[in-house]
Amino acid sequence: MGLMDKHALIEKNATLLLVGSLLVVTVGGIVEIAPLFYLDNTIEKVEGMRPYSPLELAGRNIYVREGCYLCHSQMIRPFRDEVERYGHYSLAAESMYDHPFQWGSKRTGPDLARVGDRYSNVWHVDHLSDPRSVVPESIMPSYAFLKDAPIDVKDFSTHLVANARVGVPYTDDMIAHANADLMAQADPNADSSGLEARYPKAKVGDFDGNPQQVTEMDALVAYLQMLGTLVDFKNYDEAAGYR
Amino acid sequence: MKFGTQIFALGLFTFAALVAAGFGVDEPFRQHMWVLFFVLLGFVAILIRNTSFEAAAPIDPSAYMDGPVRYGTIATMFWGVVGMLVGVVIALQLAYPDLNIQPWFNFGRLRPLHTSGVVFAFGGNALLCTSMYVVQRTCRARLFGGDLAWFVFWGYQLFIVMAATGYLLGITESREYAEPEWYVDIWLTIVWVAYLVLFLGTILKRKEPHIYVANWFYLSFIVTIAMLHVINNLSMPASFLGSKSYSAFSGVQDALTQWWYGHNAVGFFLTAGFLGMMYYFVPKQANRPVYSYRLSIVHFWAIIFLYIWAGPHHLHYTALPDWAQTLGMVFSIMLWMPSWGGMINGLMTLSGAWDKLRTDPIIRMMVMAIAFYGMSTFEGPMMSIKTVNSLSHYTDWTIGHVHSGALGWVGMISFGAIYFMVPKLWNRQRLYSLRLVTWHFWLATLGIVVYAAVMWVSGIMQGLMWREYDEQGFLVYSFAETVAAMHPYYVMRAIGGAMYLSGALIMAWNITMTILGYQREEEPLPGSVPALQPAE
Repeated sequence: MGLMDKHALIEKNATLLLVGSLLVVTVGGIVEIAPLFYLDNTIEKVEGMRPYSPLELAGRNIYVREGCYLCHSQMIRPFRDEVERYGHYSLAAESMYDHPFQWGSKRTGPDLARVGDRYSNVWHVDHLSDPRSVVPESIMPSYAFLKDAPIDVKDFSTHLVANARVGVPYTDDMIAHANADLMAQADPNADSSGLEARYPKAKVGDFDGNPQQVTEMDALVAYLQMLGTLVDFKNYDEAAGYR
Repeated sequence: MKFGTQIFALGLFTFAALVAAGFGVDEPFRQHMWVLFFVLLGFVAILIRNTSFEAAAPIDPSAYMDGPVRYGTIATMFWGVVGMLVGVVIALQLAYPDLNIQPWFNFGRLRPLHTSGVVFAFGGNALLCTSMYVVQRTCRARLFGGDLAWFVFWGYQLFIVMAATGYLLGITESREYAEPEWYVDIWLTIVWVAYLVLFLGTILKRKEPHIYVANWFYLSFIVTIAMLHVINNLSMPASFLGSKSYSAFSGVQDALTQWWYGHNAVGFFLTAGFLGMMYYFVPKQANRPVYSYRLSIVHFWAIIFLYIWAGPHHLHYTALPDWAQTLGMVFSIMLWMPSWGGMINGLMTLSGAWDKLRTDPIIRMMVMAIAFYGMSTFEGPMMSIKTVNSLSHYTDWTIGHVHSGALGWVGMISFGAIYFMVPKLWNRQRLYSLRLVTWHFWLATLGIVVYAAVMWVSGIMQGLMWREYDEQGFLVYSFAETVAAMHPYYVMRAIGGAMYLSGALIMAWNITMTILGYQREEEPLPGSVPALQPAE
């Protein structure tokens, strides 16, 4: 009886077929994905990474909501042209607090992994409101409505708690000050010393040019302005980071 | 009382939706719950209007249950047209950005509507209705579980409506092809488990000793999608009365989990399931047995084993560790072989019936589907080679590749299956018009060719422009210049897509008229009737 004839056993038994095909399809995932959770060298050792400040996280949620990743990657590959265009190639450590990751798969627009500090707040607001006013070739949609949308926070700490539950190191102190920190980061006159201690390098300012209220535009620009600015590459050991 | 329990249960859910609409913590969630409330209210109203207190007519347990198949066929056609129409709209938005209407109809919100619309609404309904059709006939058994099939059908439509309206309201996880938020995911899980029970239950009560090869593919597709969906969508809601959740994984682990899911949405949803379709409808339409039984066995086990490994090729040269990228590349290249095994098995089923290509536009459609399957399963492994990928990744080439698979393989094989099923499901002698099928075939084929060719040119051009240096060692093009250079190709791509859409509209017309019972008076296609020779 050849191997092929034995296959009749499986063909006559639905349970065998079900269990057999389930076992066969689990192997690949176990071998490829599971090690990423326990191999120490999966994420490089870097200095400077911290969880998102509440305003940055709110901005990131808008980035996620609007599907920006469909046209903009956040993953610079280690090629000469990409490094010259966008900056140091992206490290795994730089998205270690990203739930979900937003690396993207398409560059209809440029990569945004290191867009932080490259343009002024005013440029970002102009560009998001009317992209072709600053980049005539752009085919980006307008996001002017963000300027008129006050940020919808009842209790933003629930968002920090949810992140903490999936592994982001938000401290009790950060969670307790979530709403206050969110408002303080968008107000240049607020006392932001606590915010800056909790979230080093956080940029404080009235991002959207409208001091009357904190809008979704404030949050999104705050997020864009911090992208790729956290890791200190002077102290980064390339060779040790290679996997 | 007919529908008594259903009305009671649905009424409870309707009330729950109303409560959630009142107490939701964020605006999009409240709006989404209003949508749910009105949809469920509509369901309840329809059920109440159709209820009766007479004893239900006894059901013949030996008859096939084709009601959900008929509804599924119509749903496939409807969602297909909607999904493709949204595709043409977003193609035009890329060419003419003023067509974006903020906030609900911006590209970023419409694009998931297009992908989910064609993959899960069109493709999903095609799989749902053909699998229910095929499993009954190859097992010679009525669908298992009484009204379970209706629950699966309507539950799946509810999932589609909630996912689609969610995208427009800005409710998305923004993980490609897994965009629906946590509560829609939970609903899909319930529906999917019911689907597995329905399908497996029908196989278990079969009267045929062997399980037919089409059912192996359908079964492995259902069970693998269940595994992928549940694991990839693990997430932590910020509030149980809010729309926002955070993925259980982060960064690099999230990326690979997502592409393990994403690539196997292609591998199992768009390939294994549709291979099941091929294994039933091609032999039926050609009236020939499957070419090789041994090849079916080998390629079935090989394809389901290898596909699962291919995810990392979406993450070449990213921060994913090199070992995982290389592993993904090697398995992707190996995948070429079982894919072509399936193609050969499908194409060679026509041995001895090749003349039908000339006379039968439905067979022509199926053969074109298998040819595109072969083309895109060659292109895929090639693009997964890291060197090729360094050029193709992030460009329109990927978009072109996806569409030759989706329009060519998935679309055409589904069209063929529907053209085959409709006259049988509604007891019609034949389709309304075979000439319209020919029109559909040519519009679709030319549409795909335009689409794919344009995307090759624009994708490769884009990739080369990004990396072009002048003699002094400076980058030649700014990013904005590469965007401007894409314009003519985006216009042509929209034309290709519109051709494909118009083919689908012709089909919708043809199917509608067939269902309504009309037959178009037309000249038979050349060659389909033997020509009379004059007496000598």
